[in-house]
Amino acid sequence: MTDAPIVQLSSVTHRYGATAALDDISLDIPAGCMAGLIGPDGVGKSTLLALAAGVRKVQTGQVQVLRGDIRDRHHLKDCNTRIAYMPQGLGRNLYPTLTVTENLDFFGRLFGQSKAEREERIADLLKATGLDPFPDRPAGKLSGGMKQKLSLCSALIHDPDLLILDEPTTGVDPLSRQQFWDLIDRIRSERPTMSVIVATAYMEEAERFDWLAAMSDGKVIATGTPEDVRIQSGQSTLEKAFIALLPEAARQGHRDVVVPPRAHVEGTPAVQAISLTKRFGDFVAVDGVNFEIERGEIFGFLGSNGCGKTTTMKMLTGLLPASDGQALLFGEPLDANDMRTRQRVGYMSQSFSLYSELTVRQNLDLHAELYQIPVARRAGRVAEMLDTFALRDEADQKPDALPLGIRQRLQLAVAVIHAPEVLILDEPTSGVDPIARDAFWQHLVGLSRDNGVTIFVSTHFMNEAERCDRISLMHAGRVLAVGAPTEITKSKEAATLNDAFISYLREAAGDIEEMQTTPASSSPTQFRAPEPQRQSGFQFARLWAFALRETMEILRDPLRLTFAFLGPVILMLTFGYGISFDVTDLPYAVLDQDQTSESRTLLEAFSGSRYFAEQASATSSEELEARLRAGEIAIAIEIPPDFGRMLLRNESPEVRIAIDAAMPFRAETARGYLQGLALTYMEDQIERTYGEAIDTSGAEIETRFRYNQAFKSVFAIVPSVIMLMLVLIPAMMAAMGVVREKETGSIANFRSTPVTRTEFVLGKQLPYVVIAMLSFLTLLVVAYAVFHVPVRGSGFALLVGTFLYVLATTGFGVLISTFTRTQVAATFAAAIIAIIPAVNFSGLLVPVSSLSGGGRMIGLGFPSAWYQQISVGTFTKELGFAELWQNHVVLVGFAFLFIAVSIQMLGKQEK
Amino acid sequence: MMQWLSNIYRLGLKELRSLRADPVLLLLIVYIFSFAVYAVATGAKLEVVNASVAYVDLDRSDLTGRIIEAILPPEFDTPEEISATDIDRVMNKGDYVFVLYFPPGFEADVIAARLPEVQLNVDATAMVQAGNGSVFLQEIISAEVTKFIAGDDTSTSLPINLVVTAKFNPNLQSTWFSSVMQVINNVTILSVLLTGAALIREREHGTIEHLLVMPVSPAEIMLAKIWANGLAINVAAVLSLWLVVQGILAVPIAGSITLFVAGTVLYLVSVTGLGILLATFTTSMPQFGLLALPVLVIMNLLSGSTTPMESIPDWLQTIMQISPSTHFVAFSQAILYRGAGLNTVWPDMLVMAGLSAIFFVLALMRFRKTMAAN
Repeated sequence: MTDAPIVQLSSVTHRYGATAALDDISLDIPAGCMAGLIGPDGVGKSTLLALAAGVRKVQTGQVQVLRGDIRDRHHLKDCNTRIAYMPQGLGRNLYPTLTVTENLDFFGRLFGQSKAEREERIADLLKATGLDPFPDRPAGKLSGGMKQKLSLCSALIHDPDLLILDEPTTGVDPLSRQQFWDLIDRIRSERPTMSVIVATAYMEEAERFDWLAAMSDGKVIATGTPEDVRIQSGQSTLEKAFIALLPEAARQGHRDVVVPPRAHVEGTPAVQAISLTKRFGDFVAVDGVNFEIERGEIFGFLGSNGCGKTTTMKMLTGLLPASDGQALLFGEPLDANDMRTRQRVGYMSQSFSLYSELTVRQNLDLHAELYQIPVARRAGRVAEMLDTFALRDEADQKPDALPLGIRQRLQLAVAVIHAPEVLILDEPTSGVDPIARDAFWQHLVGLSRDNGVTIFVSTHFMNEAERCDRISLMHAGRVLAVGAPTEITKSKEAATLNDAFISYLREAAGDIEEMQTTPASSSPTQFRAPEPQRQSGFQFARLWAFALRETMEILRDPLRLTFAFLGPVILMLTFGYGISFDVTDLPYAVLDQDQTSESRTLLEAFSGSRYFAEQASATSSEELEARLRAGEIAIAIEIPPDFGRMLLRNESPEVRIAIDAAMPFRAETARGYLQGLALTYMEDQIERTYGEAIDTSGAEIETRFRYNQAFKSVFAIVPSVIMLMLVLIPAMMAAMGVVREKETGSIANFRSTPVTRTEFVLGKQLPYVVIAMLSFLTLLVVAYAVFHVPVRGSGFALLVGTFLYVLATTGFGVLISTFTRTQVAATFAAAIIAIIPAVNFSGLLVPVSSLSGGGRMIGLGFPSAWYQQISVGTFTKELGFAELWQNHVVLVGFAFLFIAVSIQMLGKQEK
Repeated sequence: MMQWLSNIYRLGLKELRSLRADPVLLLLIVYIFSFAVYAVATGAKLEVVNASVAYVDLDRSDLTGRIIEAILPPEFDTPEEISATDIDRVMNKGDYVFVLYFPPGFEADVIAARLPEVQLNVDATAMVQAGNGSVFLQEIISAEVTKFIAGDDTSTSLPINLVVTAKFNPNLQSTWFSSVMQVINNVTILSVLLTGAALIREREHGTIEHLLVMPVSPAEIMLAKIWANGLAINVAAVLSLWLVVQGILAVPIAGSITLFVAGTVLYLVSVTGLGILLATFTTSMPQFGLLALPVLVIMNLLSGSTTPMESIPDWLQTIMQISPSTHFVAFSQAILYRGAGLNTVWPDMLVMAGLSAIFFVLALMRFRKTMAAN
């Protein structure tokens, strides 16, 4: 702690909309030690760390990191190679479908390490963290503790000078937590120059830190060693110290939670789990769990994330059917469909699960009604809930605008509005600040002791567990111990409940693989000083790292892969068969009021044509009209009574034909057919009458249907469909590829590592270009094999054109993803923006040459219209580069434009 | 029963509130029923409009001049003259769909009854215009030549007098067709997307679990979604017919709007049910989008709302009978264009009701099984 501060903030303010996450903070974080930020969720810890790591853009104030201004681009680049940043959330920067080794390999590549170097480092890190038995396990299938270790490995792969960890142990079991901190300690002892900054919501962990800053509501309320902070406030623990340090207003109404002793209640237990088991495929989430909860008891449920707590709770509410065993509620088997059971149970799920678009009061109203509280008592009950849970002031606000603590109170109010006898609460206080947590527990105690409600609650906090009447420890799907907190502590002769829990976990380690983590003694060479590397400038290796990783992820998502290849084929078949402008078999009916050989000759002309399909003849004009109206026939022919006579007398009898013009295209075509038919008939008639052919016209018209002599729709449709498919699907997939990283949080890896924007964009795009090209080849095969549409022109010109086109369309997708935030928005935006120009203004239906004004501009302003000419030209017009090179050039322009704008718009730092 | 109805009503109100709170979806609804309808109806015309024509005139006679002058808007752009050597080039580039070639001495040959030949080159890759456009051009040329020979005397008597009338759309305007069909296609798209998205959003936010632990049955949840989203779409569709189709595009509507609304309700039940059914097969919005896209494209393209049903191969027509959109398109065309009544359209309504029931039951069967699973 002798050096200059590693991170120095002066007058830093950071706002998200109207709320200030950081409010004029000035803070020096010492170098060469383990510095901690403590405080509950939402006080600005994550924002501060993100600013220090350079992943978020500084709004106002100065941030000095590693003795340089983080706003300086060159220094930021330097920082990217020297800082390792582990974002909040279990394994948030990991790729769940990739294996342990593949994840680390990706990070190694990002830092330009050679294959040998990567292998060596990965082996070292896995050994040091005890992950070496599972190099091929997908990251998503690791337990919480293992995920965090893997995250740590990926952070350490490039020997950082500054390690920034944002709540690395939230949601991890106590043993894994302890192991994690031991690991950090050991790494620090081997690399004494490395500085570590950690944020945590667990006050007891902060005791290990060399230095800490307590934060509340965007401000720092205390700094110093843990001892300093405790002495400053005159409290025995950091948790109490934190509460004492809070400003008076925030502390208002806080009192310690006191749990009065419970009076024993006779009767069958409220909840019984008998060998309760849940399997998902071959994974056993809950394995033969047994326990009983007495009426009015507060029963605590402890265990790490993913150990089966939530699954057990869901089985007890009837949300999930049990694979084996039984759940009893008041001695009766739980029946998920029994509405009376649901009246007796209240449930609060892990995440906030009320309607965020309804106000607090509306949420309560809705639940009161759905729980069938009689109308007379409804308003009273809602008012009672607002008072009991101190929600009056927030009654007309929407939940999203409220702090987490109040939202959790609302959830509890909703869960008890129907006065249930059993309350099942899944981690209700996760992420809530200590004061709000205590207030929440006051309510729980009241419900149990005053109203006799049985409470089944899961938690990560040991001080909450100590307040329960009894607790059960769960690990890897099994219950390790059940009993009163003091009994459990005593049974292991431990000083604290936490220690007892750890001791139970160690005991269970025999058959639980995660516990084999006896970290190898590390050699001094293990964590070497970083070799001086030139990391700036474009590096193909990093681009390749992203491309490779993206490819692996796609390969492991069968749904996306299936869609990428099958979707276009299905749609091409649909279009090929479905969009046909070859009008044939038009249904027609005749009203022949003449019935002579002359009328029959006329009608034979119709029945002999493949364009018309004769239906039963009509007996009256009204019938014809009605059938036309019903859509049963498309053409109605009416021959007048004295047709034959008039024809013979050369009086030009009138033949009336009505066409159903509801579909104008069909009617227009039908009219053309009719005229042709009539002409032929008349020439026949004239020939018959005069005995010689007389041409009525003075000139011949030789119509040459070029490029498509048979004049069949498929020859025009198939090449155009390729145009359509290669814009819609690649654009959608590429757009989701980037936005998905934003949603899952792995975008942090782009922000915190030396990878440049160009490398990122091109790396992400490359796999989708390859997929689109493969998809193009399958479409080519379908075009040839199913529709017999061969490429008549230059295949090479088509291939090059397609490549440029998909470069442009995937670039378009990436561009969309730079300004959308959710996958939903990206999907809609890509599809809707692309679909109008591609379908309407690119020559699929109407040739671009016939478009005018706006339509033409839209068409020419999008790559599809240009590619359509390449596609149609090479498929049917026997063209090559000589005729099409201009289109290729324009596509190059589009690709370049889209990619360049994407790179410009994609911020290396989050705003 | 009262409780049942009250739950459905309450949950439906909640659904409408959610919709109101989602500006992206609202914008999507407005866009798709206004601009998208207008753009497609006026932009992508299937009739011959503004077809581009070029000509090579080596005769430069009175007759060729008259023919060229007779090629008029709105069907055709004013023809442009090109040189004979350029024919291949401009057609390859797709600059013109039609290129006429008048040989030297054309007029003289016509007068001498030597039947000279006019060459009409058609870019047959421009399917929609090539067929009908070439028929029109042939008619124009024949008519002009005939007039020229007869000295503007058109009273040549023909053996029969063919009177062709186009019913229900006398001027064959494709705007009439495409605008209404676009509204129908949009009803399909939105019904599936909105209900599916509503369900998936509830699942992603965990609120569906909340509903499932309450005394509310899956059938109630589904019916609430169906009536609420159905109502929103029905209102949007009728407004679109009214304001955009009848108002701005001035398309007359022949039949009873009330009957149309009644049929739309039936149709909405079936497609919203389908939306829920599709949503039960996926776990996230992107997956749902990927699954829904081909389903929607097929339902819209092969329903008879884009190309004539007769042009689709028979086997495919048979398969398409299980799509409610096929029946809804037939139903809508009969009512809106041809002014048909209930006595004509009841079979289609019956099928839609049957399909609604099938989709609903299938969705219900999958609902509980898939909704609560992790």
